[in-house]
Amino acid sequence: MADQEQFADLAMPYMSALYSAALRMTRNPADAEDLVQETYLRAYRGFGGFREGTNLKAWLYKILTNTFINTYRAKKRRPEQTDLDDTEDFYLFRRLGGLEAAEANRTPESEVLESIPDEAVKEALEALPEQFRMAVLLADVEGFSYKEIAEIMDVPIGTVMSRLHRGRKQLQKSLWEFAGERGLRPEPARPEPAPRAGG
Amino acid sequence: MDCDKAIHRIYHYLDGELTIWRRRAIARHLDECPPCAEGFDFEIELRQVIASKCRDEVPPELRRRIAAALGEPLPEDPPETL
Repeated sequence: MADQEQFADLAMPYMSALYSAALRMTRNPADAEDLVQETYLRAYRGFGGFREGTNLKAWLYKILTNTFINTYRAKKRRPEQTDLDDTEDFYLFRRLGGLEAAEANRTPESEVLESIPDEAVKEALEALPEQFRMAVLLADVEGFSYKEIAEIMDVPIGTVMSRLHRGRKQLQKSLWEFAGERGLRPEPARPEPAPRAGG
Repeated sequence: MDCDKAIHRIYHYLDGELTIWRRRAIARHLDECPPCAEGFDFEIELRQVIASKCRDEVPPELRRRIAAALGEPLPEDPPETL
């Protein structure tokens, strides 16, 4: 059984990550602050039930997620949006020019990525439907495994994988649209007829 | 392994959620296929960019509130002198 006196020492270092996640979930600084505070209080009270040797970060995220769902989502229970399936693989890479861009010495796609402001990436993530947003946040920002995400979100691993797959593609689409609005897209390839490899 | 199969498993590969055998099969394909390797590298980089750009500073006031609620000494308290 975990000792409540140790709680602050062990849990406080995760506050920055939890606050960032709370912001992406609530999309609102005031709600994010309340959510993080409530998470710490619940975790503190429940710390006796935390099994030492298991993953404290995942445990805190589970409390964060449950608190968010119970407190902020209770009002609007919308059906999950399902119109996200038409995006192909390597969506953003292909649009940023892919290999051709590298070979033609155009702006490398990595530079385009770096030039996207933080706020735009946050907005793109926050624009995802909630279930996809949570999965992408937990995997790509926080680095949790499928199994950990399944436990945090209380869904089967297959559901985690499909939400991640669709959420990541949708995120790429949003970033591409953003790059267009801000004029960050690389120059289009010159329209000279390229010989088709392999005939 | 062909390109379609490699790309189909890209997220499982990048997420470290494949068996060692499947990992090796994909790694072999990437060694032989520069277009796929570029695409995989891009996805890795994209993920790093997303993770690094989605960090926010905790407002000091929130940190104080939580520390106080947990009965911790406040962060800005001067260290006790003996």
